[in-house]
Amino acid sequence: MKRWLPLVFFFVLVGFFAKGLFLNPREVPSPFIGKAAPLFSLPVVGDAQKAFSPTDMKGQVWMLNVWAPWCVSCKVEHKLLMALAESRTAPPIVGLNWKDKTREAEQLLVRTGNPYVAVPDDLSGRVGIDWGVTGTPETYVIDREGIVRLKHVGPIDMDIWQTKFVPKLKELGA
Amino acid sequence: MMSRLIQQGLLTVFLAFSLPALANGPTTATTIASPDVPPTAQPLFADVAIENRMTLLSRELRCVVCQNEALSESPAELATDMRQEIRDLMKAGKTDQEVIAFLTSRYGDFVLFRPPFKPVTYLLWIGPFAFLGFGVLVWFMALRSRRTFQGAPVNSAQLAAAARLLEEKP
Repeated sequence: MKRWLPLVFFFVLVGFFAKGLFLNPREVPSPFIGKAAPLFSLPVVGDAQKAFSPTDMKGQVWMLNVWAPWCVSCKVEHKLLMALAESRTAPPIVGLNWKDKTREAEQLLVRTGNPYVAVPDDLSGRVGIDWGVTGTPETYVIDREGIVRLKHVGPIDMDIWQTKFVPKLKELGA
Repeated sequence: MMSRLIQQGLLTVFLAFSLPALANGPTTATTIASPDVPPTAQPLFADVAIENRMTLLSRELRCVVCQNEALSESPAELATDMRQEIRDLMKAGKTDQEVIAFLTSRYGDFVLFRPPFKPVTYLLWIGPFAFLGFGVLVWFMALRSRRTFQGAPVNSAQLAAAARLLEEKP
């Protein structure tokens, strides 16, 4: 027994390293889960006179999708968001245009379709910092009371949607 | 010997090429010296004290884009924005602790290169020392068992055989 102990230790270590190898370092745990979503008020892409604030969404479950026109993986995700918005299987999605030109966001949405109920325009990126955004795309789920329930870093695909978002949305009664 | 020769050769060539430069040196000097005060680089920031504080603090912070780089040295756009955020907070009179609280409430303890000492990080902070202690313990136990080891009893025939072997000339 005693002579096998180092080998056992070795395999335990290998187990830890193997697990670490397959973790995603981009998936930084958000400190906002279970906390109130940060508030802001930003002009909306397409209509600078109008402003969007998270308080507008109070009483319903909604999603905040952080994106930018230059972002390639957002374009991949865009197709799924369009499908979700058209089939009405997803709660309303708000698209935060993060640190990119208003005009380009507007043109891209006209050209490829707009899955969002509103597109607040975060030119300075300050609102992004307030939400703890590390890059695009990122998606948050906010419940009826305005509390953040889920954060996903990176593009959403059908698999992630089914395994990560659908159960959480069902739980929130969306 | 050889290298000395090469050195001298190189020096001669170098001097030969620099002679023309020496010849028109004075004329170029007069054109450069025309402004009385040499222009110095303007600081990129208005408040040196705040800039120093920000730089010191952001060395302790992780850039969330290039994750193994300090916020102070990351060229990422988000890092630039975060440094600006820190500057603004400091200008508003926030202490370093308050700035750190601001960032950790948004990005979590992940932004700190030195994780705080709390229940989830106990293993992280104490673990290595615990492993070291365990190793020392095992070592001592091994030493002790070796010291107290008693060999199997030897009979006189075996002793005689050993003596014979020691006597043997190679």
